[in-house]
Amino acid sequence: MTALSQTRAIPATTRHGLRDLIGACAILAVGVGCFFLFPNNLSFLTIILSISLLVMSLDLVTGVSGVATLGHAFVYGAGAYAAGIASVNGVSDPLLLLLLGSLAGLLAGVVSGALILKGHGLSQLVISIALVQLASEGVNKASFVTGGSDGLAGLTIDPLFGIFEFDLWGRTAFWLALAVVLVVAVLLRILVRSPFGMMCRGIHQDRVRVRAMGASVYLTLLKMYAISGFVGGLGGALQAVATQVVGLDSVSFTTSAEALVMLIFGGTGHIFGALAGTFVFMWFEHSVSAASPFHWLILVGILLILVVLFAPKGIYGLVGRLFQHKEV
Amino acid sequence: MVLFFNILSDAFVYGMVLFIISVGLSLAMGLMKVVNLAHGAFAMIGGYIASYITQDQGMSYTLAVAAAVVGAIIIAVPMERLLYRRIYGTSELTQVLMTIGITFVIIGVANFIFGPTLKTIPLPDELRQRVDLGFRTMSSNRVFIAFCGAAVAAGLWYVIEKTDFGIKLRAAVENEKIAGSLGIKTSVIFSVSFALATGLAAFGGVIGAELLPIEPYYALTYMVMLLVVVCVGGAGSIGGALAACLILGTVDTVARYLLPSYGAFFFYFAVIIIVLMFPNGLFGRKLNV
Repeated sequence: MTALSQTRAIPATTRHGLRDLIGACAILAVGVGCFFLFPNNLSFLTIILSISLLVMSLDLVTGVSGVATLGHAFVYGAGAYAAGIASVNGVSDPLLLLLLGSLAGLLAGVVSGALILKGHGLSQLVISIALVQLASEGVNKASFVTGGSDGLAGLTIDPLFGIFEFDLWGRTAFWLALAVVLVVAVLLRILVRSPFGMMCRGIHQDRVRVRAMGASVYLTLLKMYAISGFVGGLGGALQAVATQVVGLDSVSFTTSAEALVMLIFGGTGHIFGALAGTFVFMWFEHSVSAASPFHWLILVGILLILVVLFAPKGIYGLVGRLFQHKEV
Repeated sequence: MVLFFNILSDAFVYGMVLFIISVGLSLAMGLMKVVNLAHGAFAMIGGYIASYITQDQGMSYTLAVAAAVVGAIIIAVPMERLLYRRIYGTSELTQVLMTIGITFVIIGVANFIFGPTLKTIPLPDELRQRVDLGFRTMSSNRVFIAFCGAAVAAGLWYVIEKTDFGIKLRAAVENEKIAGSLGIKTSVIFSVSFALATGLAAFGGVIGAELLPIEPYYALTYMVMLLVVVCVGGAGSIGGALAACLILGTVDTVARYLLPSYGAFFFYFAVIIIVLMFPNGLFGRKLNV
């Protein structure tokens, strides 16, 4: 097994390294481009970046490991509320808040993973939905800490590194979010190619064989869930820090379902697909839904059907196919 | 004691509405192995058609029910041929994506045509009377719902256990390929079952409109509930669906009576416990999607 992967890994690593580099440059280029092209939309772009962390984290469990979940906003909400509650109680350093949010996400990831991984197929979906609804109701009722349906608003955040204030235009928040997303995307690309990531892919393809090899499917996936929870929690905390608001929608079924839609739309299993999906989908939503919420629903519905019929591997798969044709 | 019987009878009626709507979904999931999130949307279509016929055209309730069922089937069958057929046997994620897409389109189109308001379906006089059940009085509509639920359960049981179609259907559920190689036209069975499932959804949507009001986001609001019912009951099992609907209907109703502000919390907690205890449903076989 190791010998095999090593002989194949040498050319593959450089190729993947190149692809990572191109991907990172593309993220940076799009980010910087957006900063100058849409200076009035920075807070929206920051929300896109935060949600993209949720979608990337969902990619780890769904795209890479094959766990179907419609409740992944659980970890996102855990991160957002942990950061929000910490901030209300006097923690105001942005990086510390991000760390607290990530740890809360990790914990939420372990809890939800422990339950969701007990199910298979339909029961997995239903447990994940029930979990996020339960969390959402819990947050709603525990209004003495979470603000209930009003959420937490007006969080005070210290300047980043003590220098960069979180200004009205959201410049600091935007750069912070871009940097976090860039680092996380590259690290996750490395993670999914690591032996551990390969093991998760193996479980996705054939869990019986992986079990026959002597690996524990449950524990491996639980570990992946913990990592995924960390990333998702980071996304939630990032949104809390950037917008200084934490709302109930951060831990809703709708957010979970939308994250799944964005992931499949972008293409599962490649991290960059998650980013592309989030960006294109949210941008599309932003521009169309302003006109009419029901027209938006029709359009997005048609878009989803078309993706399933003609681009089952999402945007990332389409772009990949384009490049392959060029090479030939 | 009166409260106990009140809760129990309300729970029973509520469970029956859930059963009529979701039993079709359960059959379709067991047969075609498709996670159909758009099932509630077909119930919604039924509700909208019935509301249009009774409210806007002033025609009778019976006609409205019939039109709703037929209308929903007319919309659903081409969809099965053109869209669903392509996602049989694909991954759950693909199915979720496709059927959420279909749900969105149906919600959007329904609201585009009929407007984004709550739809009411006026009941005929016979269903507005009060019926004395001995321990309480109940609207005759609710008695009618309970009766319809029992009739649907008995009818389906008869069709599946006693008729030629039922034998073929069970064979196709058991093993589609072998059934096909024995000369059973599984694609016809699929279409007919899909039509049956949507027809039942539309029927349940119309007669259950008093308990599950027809509103613009109906399909999304009850999507989760329907999935939960099928999962707890076990896909493809009528008895399982009936048991799941009655159990979950009771849990939901009891929670809402006794702990009104914590109702949903209690309900989802119960769902997690039940699903963890019976991952393949109460009476279901393993669903390999």
